[in-house]
Amino acid sequence: MFILPYAIFLALIFAYPLIQAVWISTHDFFFTAPGVSVPKPLVGFDNFATVLSDPDVRRSFLNIAIFLVINVPLTVLIALVLASALNGALRGRTFFRTAFFVPYVAASVAVVGVWLWLFSSNGLVNTLLGPLAPDPAWLVNSAFAMPLIAVYVTWKQLGFFILLYLAALQAVPKERYESAAVDGAGAVRSWWSVTVPGVRPATFLVLLLATITGANLFTEPYLLTGGGGPNGASMSPVLLMYQKGIEQGQPDVAAAIGVVLILGVLLLSLGIRRATGRD
Amino acid sequence: MRKIITTVAATAAAALFLAACGGDEGAGADATEARGPIQIWYSNNAAEIEWGEAMVEAWNADHPDEQVTAQEIPAGSSSEEVIGAAITAGNTPCLIFNTSPAAIPQFQKAGGLVPLSDFEDGASYIEARTGDVAEQYKSEDGSYYQLPWKSNPVMIFYNKDMFAAAGLDPEAPSLATYDEFLETSRMLVESEAAVAAIWPSPGGEFFQPWFDFYPLFAAETGGTQMIEDGEPQFSSEAGLAVAEFWETMYAEGLSQQEAYNGDAFGDAQSAMSIVGPWAIAAYDETLNWGAVPVPTSAGTSAEETWSFSDAKNVAMYSSCENRATAWDVMKLATSEDQDAALLELTGQMPLRTDLTTTYADYFAANPAYEAFADQAARTVEVPNVPNSVQIWQEFRDAWTASVIFGEEEPAAAFEAAAASAADLAAGS
Repeated sequence: MFILPYAIFLALIFAYPLIQAVWISTHDFFFTAPGVSVPKPLVGFDNFATVLSDPDVRRSFLNIAIFLVINVPLTVLIALVLASALNGALRGRTFFRTAFFVPYVAASVAVVGVWLWLFSSNGLVNTLLGPLAPDPAWLVNSAFAMPLIAVYVTWKQLGFFILLYLAALQAVPKERYESAAVDGAGAVRSWWSVTVPGVRPATFLVLLLATITGANLFTEPYLLTGGGGPNGASMSPVLLMYQKGIEQGQPDVAAAIGVVLILGVLLLSLGIRRATGRD
Repeated sequence: MRKIITTVAATAAAALFLAACGGDEGAGADATEARGPIQIWYSNNAAEIEWGEAMVEAWNADHPDEQVTAQEIPAGSSSEEVIGAAITAGNTPCLIFNTSPAAIPQFQKAGGLVPLSDFEDGASYIEARTGDVAEQYKSEDGSYYQLPWKSNPVMIFYNKDMFAAAGLDPEAPSLATYDEFLETSRMLVESEAAVAAIWPSPGGEFFQPWFDFYPLFAAETGGTQMIEDGEPQFSSEAGLAVAEFWETMYAEGLSQQEAYNGDAFGDAQSAMSIVGPWAIAAYDETLNWGAVPVPTSAGTSAEETWSFSDAKNVAMYSSCENRATAWDVMKLATSEDQDAALLELTGQMPLRTDLTTTYADYFAANPAYEAFADQAARTVEVPNVPNSVQIWQEFRDAWTASVIFGEEEPAAAFEAAAASAADLAAGS
């Protein structure tokens, strides 16, 4: 009885849309005005066949794989290193903690504007690089567009993950560092042997959240590379769902992409769970 | 464990119940004869708001029992998305004075539109006002689901000061043929008068071809639509000629592969832009501008050059209860007097047959608009075929890969896109 409110909440906010999405993905479905009765026949896995045979969809999943391979390890590594540094006796610690958190709370649209300026062909980065600047420029270069988005998202989200690690670091017993020091461990050895294993539960959480939010990438390719450009090099599955479901009136195909994405993220999450020893 | 199973089962049961509740509600009653208050939406630009408010005031003064409530289209990433969502939710207003012709097939499929041909004088009113051009707005079932309202026929706007800085004649620019356009563009960029000669958006959105490919395709073909009789036309010789022209522009850096974060023409980063008559008011006080028709391979005289209409129309939505009132408001809003007010306030061209003669005084007083009014007589619209937006997206993807980024041959890319477009236009 006590869990009934939560069960209702779960049914309304999570289960209903999920079941609806699965239902839509297995039917010939399109949005209609209320009262308009049109047949929405069961088509089985036809929408999934359409999705899996579509080179644009396959490309978007490859793009998101590239994104995750860069973004997730980078997030874990930088967030942990910076959190460890901020957890120590550092001058201006409060300033740095705030500074790392600012991009996370800043509006994406405003921050994207700055990055557009930085990485445009006549932007600051190319000006500094001079003859070493890539041609075409970063955001219209097929090789660099998705990696740059991965770096951008890493930077943007870093403050939140640093915060998670900072909380986890408080829970690492001081005695372990003292024991390591007695055993002759230096700062690096102590970090590797005490800090890293000590924050393993947080690392699991960071890996999981970074993977889930990364797999749902939308805003950055929408704004930073003009809708998944250049030529689809930064197209993400969620952006493609938006195009097909909202712009092109194919919610059934969009739902099928969504279901494939959910399954992919579930598999990845299980893999992360095993890799971090949380079975 | 038992508790978890119970919770999951209860959650799933509740969700299935909710899913079952989401079915159709049954057809609404025919309201073609009904009269009473209605709601309308219009565009959110200042000039159209002013026109809309005045039009509504004029109607309301004479119809105390059939009051019109008006508001701007709610904010969204595009009007079409907002309208699409409103159709699904069943909360569209009676009329929307900013309906894109490209979205009509989708809205029609969703059951969101009222066929205007159902009104006794529906088809005759539209055809009398718009003439032969109205045919382009007729749906495949032979009905009109939109009232052709106004067009923004696109032309090439150029910055005279930048042309002069590049050593070009600003009063008679050499822009009629592709070769002339390319040569002029080279001089503009090589002289560093402009970063890009012309800077259309290289974005991948489905509507971007309307401002790079389609105007030139209309001109090159003398008024052929993207799809005619179910057959895609863009992979024709004319379509490939347009592609080759733009491919050269991008390959030589005369147009940029990178999107400009702002208005490249307004910021004097590009010397030319493809725009409609709205640009006159927008740039009149900031730029020394000139306007010429879009180029063709052989060079066509201005009075024979076709272009893209960039029209926005009025549609009646199926949630409307008082449709007789809505139809009368449509007719008032597109009457000769209201069209005159629209022209005066917005500079956009009412889609009526006798534009230049009916408003001869206006064009005499505002000669800058005369070229656009003349162009309005030779415009093509986006084809009114099933899956219109998907077709444009297929084409844009092919264009981006081949013309802008040179990763494919345009002929092969267009051929593949045409095959998909043919299937989509057939409704599959």
